[in-house]
Amino acid sequence: MSDSLAIIRDLHFSWGGGREIFSGVSLDIPKGKVTAIMGPSGTGKTTLLRMIGGQLKPTSGSVNVQGLEIPSLNRKDLYQARRRMGMLFQSGALLTDLSVFENIAFPIREHYKFSESMIRDIVLLKLELVGLRGARDLMPSELSGGMARRVALARAIVLDPTLMMYDEPFTGLDPVTLGTIVSLIKTLNSSLGMTSVVVSHDIHETFSIADYVCILSEGKVAAAGSPEELMSSESEFVQQFVHGKPDGPMPFHYPAESLESDILRGDI
Amino acid sequence: MVFFANSLQGIGAFVLNSLASLGRASLFLSQVLLGIKDVLLRPQLLIKELYSVGVLSLLIIVFSAIFVGMVLSLLGYVTLVDFGAESSLGVLVSLSLIRELGPVLSALLFSGRAGSALTAEIGLMKATEQLASMEMMAVDPIRRIVTPRFLAGFISLPLLTIIFMALGIYAGYLVGSVWLGVDEGSYWSLMQNKVEFWHDVVNGVIKSVVFGFVVTWVAVYQGYSAIPTSEGVSRATTNSVVYSALAVLGLDFILTAMMFIN
Repeated sequence: MSDSLAIIRDLHFSWGGGREIFSGVSLDIPKGKVTAIMGPSGTGKTTLLRMIGGQLKPTSGSVNVQGLEIPSLNRKDLYQARRRMGMLFQSGALLTDLSVFENIAFPIREHYKFSESMIRDIVLLKLELVGLRGARDLMPSELSGGMARRVALARAIVLDPTLMMYDEPFTGLDPVTLGTIVSLIKTLNSSLGMTSVVVSHDIHETFSIADYVCILSEGKVAAAGSPEELMSSESEFVQQFVHGKPDGPMPFHYPAESLESDILRGDI
Repeated sequence: MVFFANSLQGIGAFVLNSLASLGRASLFLSQVLLGIKDVLLRPQLLIKELYSVGVLSLLIIVFSAIFVGMVLSLLGYVTLVDFGAESSLGVLVSLSLIRELGPVLSALLFSGRAGSALTAEIGLMKATEQLASMEMMAVDPIRRIVTPRFLAGFISLPLLTIIFMALGIYAGYLVGSVWLGVDEGSYWSLMQNKVEFWHDVVNGVIKSVVFGFVVTWVAVYQGYSAIPTSEGVSRATTNSVVYSALAVLGLDFILTAMMFIN
């Protein structure tokens, strides 16, 4: 498909030869759209983002972003490719010894020799976009969780990436900040023409902005389609996931022997 | 028999693990050294680290040097005076400090003050995903964060050691001559006669260069390879100090044997 920004084919991965996280994931990320990667905790959603960013190498399979085969790039080309990617970390991951302004200026200062006034203009424009122009002189320790994430968002988009990745952007936010982040992702995607990948397990927020949703489970793509298609899907698994039913094909209990025999054993 | 086989297997696993981590540490070191060119092009990164690693360690080095010099002089006097040899006090104090105590004590203090701080800082940056976010901003955290710190430690320790030696000798003079009454002229002139620049001073500084390399290498590697949890960072910090102390003392024996056996 020529309108895909990233193409992932038959991806396998396991941590140090242990439990297999991915056993054959294939997925297309369409250009200019918001793609959501969803799934229960521990299915490797964040791991998938790290592979797209080249921070982890798959055991086998292909990760192709903008025509570049990420796992086989050398160090220099990988760093070059990353300049066109942005990533919002769950914790924000701001550099704690730099102010808000300097955090956002950091990628520009590292990669380009721009004049100070030009850096100032770019940083202030990005801060305006996330509504924190007035907070430019604060240190990361003085920011609330929601503000930190907005600053991290401004920093991630400061080099105008073509591919923007969000790792759990909705977790742990108050309702107002949550609404701001949701609309920011949508706006950034439409106004700056970015391709966005959102990793999340918040059904409501994710379905409201995603054009395409892909649900991972047990190392495979369990379901994929538009939010409407998934809502009306007949698959039991998808129904359980999107409606948050406690038990179903995805078991509530971690595998164990029966409760009765487990309790009786303690009496011996 | 089973016990024997098990302990043999345990020893084998320990040796293999140690070799593997030594290999990882060496690969890491080669990447750190590859970043030196980038750091030299941006000296302000190095200067900032020289301040926090070197200048901020001055206080503990200065105080320790003064007290070590005073104690050495006091004990030396008590022993030498019985033989009427107290005029050699300057030689005793200066040779002890230059050949042995200066390099070793500075390195141990430095690993406690600056090495542990480097490990904790880098480990926490890893635990809070700051290093990962730098990678995603296409900034190599080894070159941007680790190399400047490594260079700063490597440069600082020999300088701190020289300060330690000089201050210790002067504090020894204050106790020996000014307080206990050893002749001032013989304190300095015998020292001048007996201490050789190349054999003693340069060898002492070479020791501290080796220690600076090892202590900062251990510190930045422990930080960079820390398990990114609070427990992991605390263990890495402990390891950093313990391993550097053991490495310094072990290397000190080897270097002393190579340098000072006639």
